[in-house]
Amino acid sequence: MLKHILTSLTGGPVTEAAPAPADPALAELAGKLDKAAKARLGRSLSIREVDAGSCNGCELEIHALNNPIYDLERFGIRFVASPRHADVLLVTGPVARNMREALVRTWDATPGPKWLVACGDCAVSGGLFAGGYACVGPVEEVLPVDLRIPGCPPRPTDLLAGLLALLETSAAR
Amino acid sequence: MYGEEPLFGLLNRIGSPVEGHRPWPRYRLGRDGWLRLIEGLAGNAWSLLGLWGEPKAVHAAFREDFSGDVAVVSLDCPQGRFPSLSAVRPAANRLERTAHDLYGLTAERTTDPRPWLDHDAWDVRRPLSEQPAAPAPNPGPYTFLPVEGEGLHQIPVGPVHAGIIEPGHFRFTANGETVVRLEERLGYVHRGVEGLMQGKPVAEAAKLAARVSGDSTVAHSLAFARAVEAALGIEVPARAVWLRALMAELERIANHLGDIGAICNDAAFAFMLAQASQLRERVLRTADSCFGHRLMMDRVIPGGVATDLPERGAGLLLELVAELRKRFPPLVAIYDGKASLQDRTVTTGFLSTELVTRFGAGGHVGRASGRDQDARRSPGYAPYDELTFEVPVLTEGDVNARVWLRIREVEQSLSLIEQIVARLPAISRGLDYPSVALEAGRGGEGMALVESFRGEIMTWVRLDGEGVVARCHPRDPSWFQWPLLEAAIGGNIVADFPLCNKSFNCSYAGHDL
Ligand code: SF4
Repeated sequence: MLKHILTSLTGGPVTEAAPAPADPALAELAGKLDKAAKARLGRSLSIREVDAGSCNGCELEIHALNNPIYDLERFGIRFVASPRHADVLLVTGPVARNMREALVRTWDATPGPKWLVACGDCAVSGGLFAGGYACVGPVEEVLPVDLRIPGCPPRPTDLLAGLLALLETSAAR
Repeated sequence: MYGEEPLFGLLNRIGSPVEGHRPWPRYRLGRDGWLRLIEGLAGNAWSLLGLWGEPKAVHAAFREDFSGDVAVVSLDCPQGRFPSLSAVRPAANRLERTAHDLYGLTAERTTDPRPWLDHDAWDVRRPLSEQPAAPAPNPGPYTFLPVEGEGLHQIPVGPVHAGIIEPGHFRFTANGETVVRLEERLGYVHRGVEGLMQGKPVAEAAKLAARVSGDSTVAHSLAFARAVEAALGIEVPARAVWLRALMAELERIANHLGDIGAICNDAAFAFMLAQASQLRERVLRTADSCFGHRLMMDRVIPGGVATDLPERGAGLLLELVAELRKRFPPLVAIYDGKASLQDRTVTTGFLSTELVTRFGAGGHVGRASGRDQDARRSPGYAPYDELTFEVPVLTEGDVNARVWLRIREVEQSLSLIEQIVARLPAISRGLDYPSVALEAGRGGEGMALVESFRGEIMTWVRLDGEGVVARCHPRDPSWFQWPLLEAAIGGNIVADFPLCNKSFNCSYAGHDL
C-alpha cells in the first residue's frame, strides 16, 4: 500500500487535460443565464443525476467523469446526493412514465437558479424508446431543458465539454 | 439426481414437442400436463431459466443442472389464466406478475398477486395483450407487505437514490440499526422493450436488445443474436464467433474492475475506486480503439459482428493484458491485506447455497455462494469449448466472497483474451466482413443462454414468416438475484446496505425492461 502511494506521488498526475468547452453547447447556453445567477454560482456547479429510464450506459460514462483521468472535481463541478444541494439536474433516459413523477418532484426540490441538462440520445430525443406506451420521450416534454449532450452514451469528453460550457456560461460576466 | 425422473422423460410424457424450436426442444402442455409439471417441480431441482407471456399463452424454460438439458414448456391460456409456478419456484413470482401486467395473464394460486411493472402510470393496462384496457380510474397506493412487531420502524428509500445509480424503491423495516426486512419495489425504468421489439425487423430489434442493460450490452446483443441465429439455423463466420467472445471478456473485465472499486468505495476505501476506475478506463479505451465504441454497443449483430478487429488490435489487446497483469495484482494484495476493509466485507450480506440454488441465481451472486454454474461451460457455446478457463466458485456467500469471485474472474478473462488473440481465425474466404446476411423471409423460434459479467442471460425469440420479431423475451440475470438481495441484507445494519447492494450489482434496467 505504502509503495503504491509512493508510486502515485512520484509518478505524476494521471489526469488528462480538459477538452475545450463544447461550441454547440456554448451556443445553446448563450443568454440562458442571467447576471444574478452568474454572481451566485461563481465557478462551481453541483449536479444531481437523475436516471429517468436509462439503460445504465449513460450512468457508466457519467461515473467515468469522477475517475482520476477525467477528474471532474478539479473544475469545481461535483455530484451531490440531494437535489436540494444541486444547481443542475443531469437527466438520462427517455422518461419512463413510471419515473415521470419522481423526475418532476426532484426538479421541484431543486432550488433556483437551476438548470437541466439532457444527457444521451434517450434524454435528448427519446432515442429508440420514443413512441411506446411506457416512455414519454424527450425530457423536454416534461421539463425545460437548457443543454443537450447527445450520444449513446456520450463519451466522457463530450460530457466534460458540455458541462464546462455550462460552467463557462454561468461564470462569465 | 438419483431417483429423479429426467426432465425430458417427464416432458415427453406430458407434452408434445413443437416443431422448429432450436437448439433445445419446446413442449406444448395441456392444463393437466402443466399441473403435472408443477408436481414434478416440487420434487426435483430443475432450475427455472425464465417465464414469459404472450397474449394467450405462457412459456417457461428449465434446465436440469446436472445433465445440462434445457427445455421450454408452453401452455395455451385462452381464458388468460394459468396455474402459478411460484409456490414451487419462488423465482417465478415476479415474472408471473410481469406477465400479468403486460399480457393480462393471471397466475392462479400465486404466492403474491400484486402488480409489479405496472405502477398505474401508463395510459393503458395490459399493454401487450390482445385487448389493452383503459387505465384504472382511481389507482390506490401500492401495498407493501405488512410488518408487525415491537420497536420496528420503516425507512423508505428511492426511487431516486443518492448516488449516480439507477432508480428503484427499497422499503426497510429496521429494529434500531438492524434490518429486519427489506422489500424491493422495482419497475421504475420499465421502457417497454419487449413491446417495442415486436414487429421490428431483426436489425432494429438488435439495437433494443443492446440497450436492455447498458453495462451488459455485448452479452445481451450476443444472446439476442444467438437466439435469432438458432431460430434461422444460421452459422456465423468463425472469426465473428471469436471476436464476440473477445468483446464479451473485455466487457466482463471492465465491469468487474468497476465493481471491485465501487464495493471498496462503499466500505469507505476510496483509494481502490480511484485505482480500479483507472484500470477500467484503460479497458474501455482499448475497446474503443479496437471496436470503435467504449462499451462496444451494437458491435455484436445477428449474423456476426459489425466491426472487424483492426490490424493493430491484437497488439493493443496484448498490451492491455500485460498492463493489467502488472497493475491489478498489487491492488488485490492491498484488498487482501487491509484488515479495516475486510472487517466490512467478511460475513456481511451472507447468502446461503440453498437460497441461490432455489432461485437459480447465477453470476457472482450464485458462484460466491457455491452454485457452480456458468453458461460458457454448461450448456456451453463456441468458442469457449476450445478455450481453457476455470469457473471460480466460493462458498462463503458474503460480500468478501463476491469481491474475490470478481478478482478471480478478471484473471480468467485476461487469460481468455490472450488465448483468443493468439488463435483468432482469419476472415472466411469470400467475405469482406466477419458477418453473414440473414436470409429474408424466414421464421422460426430460437433461444440462447449467454454468460454476461452478471450471470446467465436467457433470450427467447420468435420470428414470423417475414423474418420480423413476433416476440422476444430477454431475461436478465438480475431477475433471480434481486429477490436474494432482500434475503442477504436481513440481520445486517442499515449502513451496510449500499455495500451489499454493490456486491450484487443487479441491473435495474435489465430487470425492468
Ligand atoms: S442514450 Fe444510449 S446509453 Fe444512454 S440511456 Fe439511452 S440507450 Fe442507454
